[in-house]
Parts: sequence; structure tokens; C-alpha cells
Amino acid sequence: MSLVPTHPNPVPAIGAVGSPKPEVIRTIKKQVFVGLCIASASLSIIVLAILLGAILLQGVKHLDWGFLTSPPSRKPEKAGIYPAMMGSIWVCLGCAVFALPIGVGTAVYLEEFKPKHYLLRKLHGFVQLNLSNLAGVPSIVYGILGMTAFVQVFGLFGNAMEPGFTLGTIDNWYYIQFPLGRGVLAGSLTLMLVILPIVTLAAQESLRAVPNSLREGALALGATQWQTIAKTSLPAAIPGIMTGAILAMSRAIGEAAPILVIAGVVYITFTPEHMMDDFTAMPLQIYDWAGRPSEEFHRVAAAGIIVLLAILLSFNAVAIFIRHRFQRPLQ
Amino acid sequence: MSRKQNWFGVAGVGLAVAVAVIVLLPQAADGGGGRSMRGVVRIDGSSTVFPITEAVAEEFGAEYRRVRVTVGISGTGGGFKRFASGETDVSNASRPIRSKEMASAKSNGVEFVELPIAYDGLTVVVNKANDWCDTLTVEELRRIFLAGSTVKTWQDLRDGWPAEPVKIYSPGTDSGTFDYFKEVIAGKTGSVRSDMSVSEDDNILVRGVAGQKGAIGFFGCAYYFENSDKLKALSIENDSEAVHPTRETIESGQYAPFSRPLLIYVNAKSLDRPEVTAFVTFYLENAAELADEVGYVRLPQSLYDRVAANVAARRTGTQFLDDQNNKRHGPLTDIYR
Repeated sequence: MSLVPTHPNPVPAIGAVGSPKPEVIRTIKKQVFVGLCIASASLSIIVLAILLGAILLQGVKHLDWGFLTSPPSRKPEKAGIYPAMMGSIWVCLGCAVFALPIGVGTAVYLEEFKPKHYLLRKLHGFVQLNLSNLAGVPSIVYGILGMTAFVQVFGLFGNAMEPGFTLGTIDNWYYIQFPLGRGVLAGSLTLMLVILPIVTLAAQESLRAVPNSLREGALALGATQWQTIAKTSLPAAIPGIMTGAILAMSRAIGEAAPILVIAGVVYITFTPEHMMDDFTAMPLQIYDWAGRPSEEFHRVAAAGIIVLLAILLSFNAVAIFIRHRFQRPLQ
Repeated sequence: MSRKQNWFGVAGVGLAVAVAVIVLLPQAADGGGGRSMRGVVRIDGSSTVFPITEAVAEEFGAEYRRVRVTVGISGTGGGFKRFASGETDVSNASRPIRSKEMASAKSNGVEFVELPIAYDGLTVVVNKANDWCDTLTVEELRRIFLAGSTVKTWQDLRDGWPAEPVKIYSPGTDSGTFDYFKEVIAGKTGSVRSDMSVSEDDNILVRGVAGQKGAIGFFGCAYYFENSDKLKALSIENDSEAVHPTRETIESGQYAPFSRPLLIYVNAKSLDRPEVTAFVTFYLENAAELADEVGYVRLPQSLYDRVAANVAARRTGTQFLDDQNNKRHGPLTDIYR
């Protein structure tokens, strides 16, 4: 404080006899600003509280074991979310299996292998630019892309009713066909497209946060670049990568638009038995219930939203757990 | 090193739990016996027909536990697109198939059997607080809904009515309901005015009309029957007498021109599969009761018998178009043979 020069006698505002001193005005301004900031910060909390409160109030009556384990029904009191829940879990697990290795691999390439050749540098920049752009593409667009690329495989193998290539029969758990048809695998791959940029960018961020001294230390000890990545930078980046990945999965499980295009089914009573099987997902089921005329179904939809939120929040909890569990000092 | 092993342990346990959940739970839910028939019945199409098909699928599923029935709501046109490429076994339709759609099915080698399964009445509704209007003629509806309409307030429609602005709520232009309304009001080539509040979600229409004194809207009668406490249905005067939409007037065909048949189309090749035949038979046996239950109007029993006979004989093609692909008009009982 002592370094700041202050006027020994603050100059009173000219011609403003009796008006508040400038300091008072400044303090008021500051307090008004702080108030505004607090108000805008709490606005989001208030909205969330109202949303959660309204949904809990509406849906909690329908939420019981029967709701979790029974198929949908035209009678609201019998309606359940089981097939949609299992569909969501199948699709999201499949999505994780594809998105994580590809996303992390891309991030490792972009961060750890900085190319020297002119053309490779161009490719590097091009991939990076595209990733940032893809992260902003609306998910319905991916849905339409997935429809062409995965469901129909560009029409290269005939139509889904008479697939050009099959492995096993529909009774085998490993059944695979080309084109994929409107099955779980097509849904997984489409959701992979949606979250791939998010996973990659998050993994890049956390790889970038690994101090260079660690890498240099490893290289100085004679480790190859591969050993450096596998033993040093990747393990150090795991908490960040996992957080990003699980947040991306939360997004995948909440996506309705691409699933609507791919699955195209709202009434289904069974759970998938192989990756080509028909499925529906929770956001779709909730959308269907919310659009029905009877009030009772809106309450069922609210119960579905609670289940979806519970799964989302537990995903986030896992992310936080992993971050704390694997965070350790880098030095 | 121990850290790393921990990490693999956590991942391993997580994976094992996930696999166990996926493998064990379906069997737990499957349980019970039921008939041993297996297979898949894929259905898509009109969201208007969806409630009946859903009800049938649910009851069917209780009896045939191992047959997997899926129902989508791509709309009548969207459903026919998938049906014509052989992707679905059954297509829900809130209007008869069009000649263009038939041609596309034919080019893919898809033949089909046509089954009327219930009636739907299209209901024109106004706000409860609207105490001036109980009846509209078809001509007045044209004046409100046709493109280039000059009707801005109710006063413009009939002298002596208040100057309350007319606010229109309409189903989405992809829906069979909109197609049907447009065809009655504007004919084949005309168009309906565009300054309406449009929503695919009939719920939003109900809320919209219920919320504004001067509002008018239209949708399937099921939604009106469900929300009759919030809305007022108008009687429609076609030739001489005004007819109110009720189950009786819709079934008898009196409520013209706004009652229509709902249909399902079945791929003739799919009928070779026992599960599809079982589903269609079950559908016809239960359509009357379930149609009533979900808010539509059942067909006369004689018509259901005729439909069943046509399915048994695999009579393919549509009966709503004549040899020159012109639309045939008249009560369903006269058209469908």
C-alpha cells in the first residue's frame, strides 16, 4: 500500500457541494459490480436447481425397480426404461472402445511426434485445424454421415436386408455384417465421430501440460522416443486424458440427434445381443415419452431424465475419482 | 510400478462388471416361457398409427416373448421409403400409398398387402373461451387456411364475430395429418398458408390452442379425445348439416370430409416368415379393441373379416387407386373389397 502514491487531501468534486466523495462512489461502483458478478454466477445455479427440482418432483414417484427393469409400455404406470438403458450402455461402451485408442493416438502423434519434413508439417497443421473445426460440428450432421458411411457403407455391400458380407448368424454374439445396418455398431461408430475431437483435444491438452524436462530426462538416459512416450509422458498425462474421455462419454450418452437418425426406433422391448442388433437409447426414449399427450407420460419422461442424470453424474464422479487417484507430483 | 498395476486392476474390474451386467441382465429379464417362436418384425412409419401398433406390439410381446418387434416413427412418407427398399416388414400409414411410392417399391421387387386397421378423425379445435364459434363450413375453413388468405381476425370470417386475431396451429408438413388436411382444403395442387405455428409435436399444438383465445388448430382425434377438457372441437358442415367429431360419426363416415382410414402395409415376402404372419394375425384380432383404447375408432367387424381374408389370400397392391392410378373416393366400406 505504501508504494502507491495517494493524494494527501482528495480533491472534492468541483461544484458538487454536499455530493458523496469520489471514494464512496468508487466503493459503490465496486460493490455493484461484485453484486452483478455474484448474480450472474448464481443465475446458472438457480436455473439448475429449478430444473432439477422440477424434474425430481415430477419423476420421483415413477422411479422404482420396476421402472429400471421393464420394457416401455403404452400404459404409463407399466412403462420402463430397461431396453433404452441397456442400449445406451452398449452403444457408449462400443463408442469408448473405438474413440479412446484413436483419440489418444491422434493426440500422441500431434503432440509427441513433431514432424520435420515440410509436407508432414503441413499434414500436422491440417489435422490440427480440422480437429478444432470438427469439435464444433452439430451432432445431427454426424448422424447423417454415420447413416451413409456406417449404416449403408456407401451402398458397397448391398442393402442391410441382404448384406454382402456376414460372419456368423444372428444367434452368435460376434455376428458381424456389411453394411452394418441400423445396429449398435453403427451407433457406436457415429457417436465416436461426435466425441473424437473432444477426446483428442483433451488428450492433447494434458500431454502438453507434461513438463518437457521429463521427456528430456528420459531421452538423456538413452530411452527411445517410444519408450519416453510409453513410460513417461503418457502415464503422466493419464489423469487429464481420462477426465476428458469420461466427459466426452457423458456427452455421448446424452446425444439424441445422431441416434435418432441411426436407430430410428422408439418402441423396442429387447436388449441388444450382438453389435448388429436393433437398439434405442435413453435420450430417444425420453423424447418419445415427453411428446405424448398424457400428463402421466411426462412424469415417466421425468423419471427417465433422473436415470439419465444419475448415470451422467456417476460418469463425472468416476472422472473426478480417477483424476485424484492418479494425480501425483511430476518431480 | 504398483500404481500401474492398480490402474490395470481398476480397469479390469470395471470391464468385468460391465460385461457381467450385459450378459446376465437380459437373461434375468427374459425369464418366463411363452411360445418358442423367434424372429424379428421391423415396423416404421406414421406417428399417427404408432399408438395402435405400439399397443399391438406390446400385447403381442406378452404372448410371443421371443419375437422381437421394433416400431419407429419416421412419418408415413419416411416409413414408405424404408418399406419400399425392403428395410421394414410392416409400414404404418395414415394415408393410402401413393403411386410414386408404389413404383419405387415395385422397382425394388417389394410387393405388399394393404390392411386398413382403424379410423382416425381429423379434429378442428379452438380455445375453450371461444364462445362464438361452434361450427365452420368447409368453405370457411378454406378461407382461413388457403394460401393468400385475408382472414386476420374472426370478424373477417363472419360478421358479428369479435375482432380477435386468428392464430393458427398446424402439425408439421411431413406428417400424414397435414397432408390429409391440405388435400381436403387445398386439393392436389393448391397450398396452405404459411404463416402458421407449425410443430411435429401435437402436444405443443394442444398447448398453443389452449393458451390463446383466438387460436384454431387441427390434429388427429386421439389427441382431442385425450385433451377434450382443454379444447373445444368444432362441428364441420360439409353439405347441409354440421357434424360433430365423435366415435359414432367417424365410424359411420358422417363426419366428412375429415375422417380417414389408418392402414398398415405388410411386405408380401415377409409374410412367408411365421413371426410376421403371427404378428399380422394378432394385429387384426386385436385392432378393434386396441384402437378404441388408444383413442381411435374401430372398423366394422365385417371389414376386419374382409382384411383377414385378403391377408390369407395374399392379395397384393392398393385398392385406393384405380387402374389409371387415380384416387378412388367414398366410404372405406365401399372402397375396400
